[in-house]
Amino acid sequence: MSGEKRERGVLGHLATAFRLAVVFAVIAGLIYPLVLTGIGQLLFPFQANGSLIVENGQVVGSALIGQSFTSPRYFQGRPSATGYLADASSASNLGPTNPSLIAQVSQALGQVLAANPGVAVTQVPVDLVESSDSGVDPDISIQAALIQVPRVARANHLGRAQVLALVVSQERGRFLGLFGSPHVNVLELNLKLEALVRGGGGQS
Amino acid sequence: MTLPGVLGIVLFLMVVTLTVKPVGLYLYHVFDGGKTWLDPLLKPVERAIYRLGGVDPAKEMRWTEYLFALLAFNLAGFVLLYPVLRLQGVLPLNPQHLPAVGAHVAWNTAVSFVTNTNWQAYGGESTLSYLSQMWLTVQQFLSPISGLAMVLAFIRGLTRKNVSTLGNFWVDLTRAFLWVALPVAVVAAVVLIALGTPQNFAPYVVAHTLQGTKQVLPGGPVASMTSIMQFGDNGGGYFNTNAGYPFETPSAASLMFQLVLGFLVPVGLTYYFGKKTGDTRQGWTIFAAMMVMFAFGIFATYWAEAAGNPIVSHLLQHSVPNMTGKETRFGVAGSSLFEVSTTAVSWGSTAAANDSFTPIGSLILLFNMMTGEVIIGAWGVGLLGMLAFAILAVFLAGLMVGRTPEYLGKKIQAYEVKMATLAMIVPTFVILGFAAWAVTSKGGLSGIFNPGPQGLSEVLYAFSSGVGNNGSAMGGLNAASPFYTWTVGFAMLIGRFPMYIPALAIAGSLAKKQTVPPSIGTFPTNGWLFGVLLIGTVVIVGALVFFPALALGPMAEQFAMQAGHLFGGVPK
Repeated sequence: MSGEKRERGVLGHLATAFRLAVVFAVIAGLIYPLVLTGIGQLLFPFQANGSLIVENGQVVGSALIGQSFTSPRYFQGRPSATGYLADASSASNLGPTNPSLIAQVSQALGQVLAANPGVAVTQVPVDLVESSDSGVDPDISIQAALIQVPRVARANHLGRAQVLALVVSQERGRFLGLFGSPHVNVLELNLKLEALVRGGGGQS
Repeated sequence: MTLPGVLGIVLFLMVVTLTVKPVGLYLYHVFDGGKTWLDPLLKPVERAIYRLGGVDPAKEMRWTEYLFALLAFNLAGFVLLYPVLRLQGVLPLNPQHLPAVGAHVAWNTAVSFVTNTNWQAYGGESTLSYLSQMWLTVQQFLSPISGLAMVLAFIRGLTRKNVSTLGNFWVDLTRAFLWVALPVAVVAAVVLIALGTPQNFAPYVVAHTLQGTKQVLPGGPVASMTSIMQFGDNGGGYFNTNAGYPFETPSAASLMFQLVLGFLVPVGLTYYFGKKTGDTRQGWTIFAAMMVMFAFGIFATYWAEAAGNPIVSHLLQHSVPNMTGKETRFGVAGSSLFEVSTTAVSWGSTAAANDSFTPIGSLILLFNMMTGEVIIGAWGVGLLGMLAFAILAVFLAGLMVGRTPEYLGKKIQAYEVKMATLAMIVPTFVILGFAAWAVTSKGGLSGIFNPGPQGLSEVLYAFSSGVGNNGSAMGGLNAASPFYTWTVGFAMLIGRFPMYIPALAIAGSLAKKQTVPPSIGTFPTNGWLFGVLLIGTVVIVGALVFFPALALGPMAEQFAMQAGHLFGGVPK
């Protein structure tokens, strides 16, 4: 191969590289996401727009994103490293022998026990004292909901059996019976709870 | 460990095994002149792309030319990406008016996505405009197809004889893009939307929560990025907490779907390899060796995470699993499976916080990356690394019996063994070298988050992830600091492009050789004996060198945790 020919080969490949990169970028970076947005908006508008829950014309949250609940009237979610910030997600990243992890778990445990009198330490599930990955985990385990039933019933003047039935009705099992763990969505549970309270289910 | 957890993992392993042959056969049809049902749709597009790019599809390339084309293409990708990150503040599709990405982080991010690492020194939802996310998505197509092209050339080197060429890079790239990456990404994105992942261009929504506060809910083209990020084993998520963020992975169903997506091409390639050699058992042997190591890793990690942190169990007065940094809907088994997969497949997407894993759990994740991510591995590069180990394994077997080693009928000589060894030593040197620099310098030490041995694990994790082009992280480490943006950036570059040189050099050398018929002295490479030897080589050659570092990191942490010892003084 002559020197001149080789040089043209090198420049030729560089030119091809840039041309193909631009062609692929137009297809994968513009056409592909735009077409997908069209399909999504057409076929699954609820999911494509963030599974938003609208009440009285106002967005109250997303069915997928956890919210901070501190009032005794509501079921409470897991500890969050960000305070349920949805636009700056983060985990606590605390390692297993970090004193801050143990301090955080002790503090969360103290809060759970203080808020739910009558609940023994051994009944407290781990998800209520250890923080999530996203900081906006929308779910809690069934046990975490069950230990809150007496408090929630009392605070809303509802019967325990009523609130318990509500939790059971909101339970979601494993996918195919094998994957994930059984849980309830805290926001949806609390929305159902509010409807129950408004619907005059309360005992006076 | 629970029964559904164990059975779920077993079922997953079975499903992955069932995909090997159909995917491998599809790849064979795509790259070796067969017909596919997508041809009527894609053939005209393919021809148009060749015309636009000035490509002569019939032209074969030598290994040096193939390498040059590959490097030029990745350079083009970098040049397209970096300015968009720097200029996103004045470019369209930025409803949140996010400012330009800083120079350090933009450089690190561009390198990260071009090298298929997808290490994220930024938080997506708080840093990047919709346009920037879409432009990163482009790289999530381009880098896996580059890796796939690499292994195609390598396999041609092993299976051709008496020629000096390895195929045409532009053709491999274009066919990988049109026939493999694009159609699956489109279908997968629709499935992800149906399962709950958003796909819109609306500004972030302000929700008025039940307790009367405001919560800003991000939006954007999330599903189109998530599908190729998982299918292409990229791993760079739309959100800071990646697949742990409920918009990316709203349910265990979505998690399992994404897991299967990520395994398809890497495991299918083992069958493709066998098919190309004319003996599919060659491919199954490689696949079996990978799966044995993978299964060991997942059950070890699941066991450790289910056993939990004894210090927390002591506080709660009953034995609890480790749920710190894990999402309720995935559970312990799902989170463990995802994290082991993401490190084994060189993927880097995370559905849990690795920094909060138990020490044994982190040890497995580190091991998966330190072996060079050959336990499955990403598109092309995983199988490529494993074939380099296979060459070393036949060399070791040859030493034991005193014969010139052969692999697939090719004599393995000093040149190939030197190149394969180079491909092993360089990453090891970079990981340990950079880690040593980090823990002895101010810039490196100040970025560490957790005290004690966990801090060393964070550093080892960062460089293993960078060199291995994995991209997952122990999130406590301050990846955005100048020290880590530059060192991890270089680690990513060294882990990707210089590694191509020995690989293609071996391929170029083998392609020229005559094949020798197997004789009674040939060590068969298609059975359980070779599988065991291969695993032994990966573990001994690949990982033993890291043992001292691992002893000071996760192993020390494990003993401290068992003894109830906390590091860093009195709790606040």
